[in-house]
Amino acid sequence: MVTILATANDAVADIGDGATVMIGGFGAAGQPVELIDALIECGASDLTVINNNAGNGDVGLARLIRERRVRKIVCSFPRQSDSWHFDEEYRSGRIELELVPQGNLAERIRAASAGIGGFYTPTGYGTPLAEGREVREIDGRWYLFEQPLHADFALVKAHIADRMGNVVYRKTARNFGPIMAAAAATSIIQVSTVVPVGQLDPESIVTPGIYVDRVVLVDAARLGEAATAGGRR
Amino acid sequence: MTMPASRRTGLTLEELAGAVAQDIPAGAYVNLGIGLPTMVANHLPPERGVVLHTENGMLGMGPAARGDDIDPDLINAGKVPVTEQPGASYFHHADSFAMMRGGHIDVCVLGAYQVSARGDLANWHTGRPDDIPAVGGAMDLAVGAKAVFVMMPLLTRDGGPKLVRECAYPLTAVRCVRRVYTDLAVFLIGPTGVTVRETFGIDLADLQQILGIPLHWD
Repeated sequence: MVTILATANDAVADIGDGATVMIGGFGAAGQPVELIDALIECGASDLTVINNNAGNGDVGLARLIRERRVRKIVCSFPRQSDSWHFDEEYRSGRIELELVPQGNLAERIRAASAGIGGFYTPTGYGTPLAEGREVREIDGRWYLFEQPLHADFALVKAHIADRMGNVVYRKTARNFGPIMAAAAATSIIQVSTVVPVGQLDPESIVTPGIYVDRVVLVDAARLGEAATAGGRR
Repeated sequence: MTMPASRRTGLTLEELAGAVAQDIPAGAYVNLGIGLPTMVANHLPPERGVVLHTENGMLGMGPAARGDDIDPDLINAGKVPVTEQPGASYFHHADSFAMMRGGHIDVCVLGAYQVSARGDLANWHTGRPDDIPAVGGAMDLAVGAKAVFVMMPLLTRDGGPKLVRECAYPLTAVRCVRRVYTDLAVFLIGPTGVTVRETFGIDLADLQQILGIPLHWD
């Protein structure tokens, strides 16, 4: 049963120290900046964060890292022209990095959502990321064993939700949102619009409400501004 | 190191992008890697019907967005604002990488630090201890696309070859590269080794001397 909340702070209040948190977004697109700001305010630290990147610029995930709330990050592409906060924390040994090829990251999240105990993938075989890992030959091709990635919470930015927690996304801001919402024990979705039940076309719903625990309505104007500020490369 | 005159007349990067584009079949689903390969898009005529895939969940990606068309929710793998072509579709990350890994992408074009004579690719990490590694979608593309094309200058700034017997950099994937497009020559990589398909402003003897790996040509 989904709860519709008025503030991001209420939505993240029970995220405690040491929690594993999936955070949606690819760079700034789909990054739930308001939920991350609330997470910073709620004070949780020693977090394990799962995201594609390791923060861009000074907002959102970058600020969470700068505030030293993240003990470990699981991601595919930490180093970017504007990942200076992560770079500094990593070089000074204050943050642990688990680097995962992007498709393995996505599939590990999907596997967790689908109750899969692991899978064999060709991605990464024969590379340094496969060192010490289980490999297997299947029909003449070599594969690497990957395990699911679970999380206590997912923070996701979507576009519109209805009051049953059915969700649609916008363009490439969809990215990791649907799989993270489905994988985490508790999924918290920020949207710019909440509509009455029946207003979303059932054929178009991307994340069905069964995966969604909390929906937060955030101010659309401020959301646009935050996305633009973090959108530079 | 003195450059022989013949080495100065290779293709410009723009011409190289054109050469890659020429070999992309009509109607192909194509992923262009970050950096140099994005230039290939400028040389794909609309009537060819090539559909561009971007790893962050889109098919039917159009050119870079300008002015009022810039939408922070519509970006490419390099996080540059782009546009939508008619017939575009959006999907989540697990689907996007299933398209790659599952062999649904016809061609991907990637940049590289090095390619080995048997088609190993190194393009994600310099391996320097002070370098922060970042892999992104490179490994998935390299193992999954039906044809992996590499586009790169043949020589490093120091004049050393980037098509080598064994990659010195950490690998992205083993035996995955089918063609290497460079400013000086196009190479085909197959079970019998490296074949020179064409050269640009350099003769075969010179090319052989620079590379020092066995080369075939027809």
